[in-house]
Amino acid sequence: MGTRAVLTGSDIERTLRRIAHEIVEAVPDTDSLVLLGIPTRGAVLASRLATLIEDITGEAIRQGVLDVTMYRDDLQRGGHRTPAPTSLPDGGIDDRVCVLVDDVLFSGRTVRAALDALTNLGRPRAVKLAVLIDRGHRELPIRADHVGKNLPSAVNERITVKLQETDGSEEVQVVA
Amino acid sequence: MRHLLGTRDLAYDDALRILDTALEFSDVANRTVPKLPTLRGVTMVNLFFEDSTRTRLSFEAAAKRLSADVMTFQVQGSSVSKGESLKDTAQTVEAMGADIIVMRHFASGAAHRLAQSGWVDAAIINAGDGTHEHPTQALLDAATLRSAFRDDPRGTNLEGLRVAIVGDIAHSRVARSNVFLLSSLGAQVTVVGPTELLPRGIEDWPVVAHHDLDAVIDEGPDALMMLRIQRERIRGEHQPASGDYVRNYSLTPARASRLPSDSIVMHPGPMNRGVEISSEVADSPRSVILQQVRHGVAIRMATLFDLWGGTS
Repeated sequence: MGTRAVLTGSDIERTLRRIAHEIVEAVPDTDSLVLLGIPTRGAVLASRLATLIEDITGEAIRQGVLDVTMYRDDLQRGGHRTPAPTSLPDGGIDDRVCVLVDDVLFSGRTVRAALDALTNLGRPRAVKLAVLIDRGHRELPIRADHVGKNLPSAVNERITVKLQETDGSEEVQVVA
Repeated sequence: MRHLLGTRDLAYDDALRILDTALEFSDVANRTVPKLPTLRGVTMVNLFFEDSTRTRLSFEAAAKRLSADVMTFQVQGSSVSKGESLKDTAQTVEAMGADIIVMRHFASGAAHRLAQSGWVDAAIINAGDGTHEHPTQALLDAATLRSAFRDDPRGTNLEGLRVAIVGDIAHSRVARSNVFLLSSLGAQVTVVGPTELLPRGIEDWPVVAHHDLDAVIDEGPDALMMLRIQRERIRGEHQPASGDYVRNYSLTPARASRLPSDSIVMHPGPMNRGVEISSEVADSPRSVILQQVRHGVAIRMATLFDLWGGTS
């Protein structure tokens, strides 16, 4: 049983800044861009990315929150939680480029649920995925377009992302 | 949560979680396709030993919006009238694939009996048992109160709200479930009715009992919940005289006009217009009766979701 820090607060900040630049490069037409964070920490990261992209481009960036609890296929397996509010920016997601934002990409099942949730809310022109950590062990054919850090891990290890807004500190840890 | 049997034994946190979950489900109704895949492959059975239209329909709408399969077992013309026991009926329904059984029964305690007997593995939701409990009705009333009086209802309770329940308290499972839920959520509950319609043992309930509706109205309650007289449950000599009842307990426009301007009027339905509530009040802007129905579907979605996600 050990805890190992893999990203510090300043690492996280630098990583998000790079992802923000990547997104601007991939979607130069920021008017069609919508950032959608997956609660809880994905939503925090999406709002930080929006601020960073606004700094780079000088344009206001549309953002929202996409809760996927009701679309999960493992409700009976884990302790489920109360769904969080979903909120879309004015104008919705039709014909826009949606970038889903989450903290850790693991089995891919959350992203699968998010894609189903999006289908019920509209028809984006394209959907992309940005994650802070990709820890591998995919169970579905899903990959991220923007990755903060690839973190090969053992299945039984836990990756803990701590963010100021939700946890009062700023760090990514591997708990073995 | 494994079952939802009543509000008396419903934990505060569980109640709040269901209310918060229902808030998210309310939005689904406004979508072009009001359907979620959450309970795909789950079968809910409405097992009704007593007439009901709105509760059965509400559960059906809730289950269908969550993509569950719905079957309905109505007592009329079924084998229950041929003498089949609750145990056999429930086991039969489960053998047909029921994961969740929504049961209404004329006998108080029937849902507890089914849940505790070990006869079936299905999750049980009490949709009304005799004069005992009707928990989803109380939850939808709490949801209606919360959204009427809280700008941002999520996570809030009913602290500080004053609710008066008026009419046939003795025979009403709606009243009973509401008394326990609303007071557990922090509301001050008053029950109002003639002596013969207040239950024995009311001193032990967390309420103030009153006989004078006009006095209660002058105290300026936030909400009045009007109940019908359950004539089918009252034996001959205890039936209150209609004229007296209407004179003393009907919510007329004159009485309603003395309420504070932001007070709301609730009714669980079915209404007897002209008896416990006048048409004019039932159709007035302070009436939230149709909002109650809308909250009902969301609350039942949240309950189904909670029982299913919580069972393993």
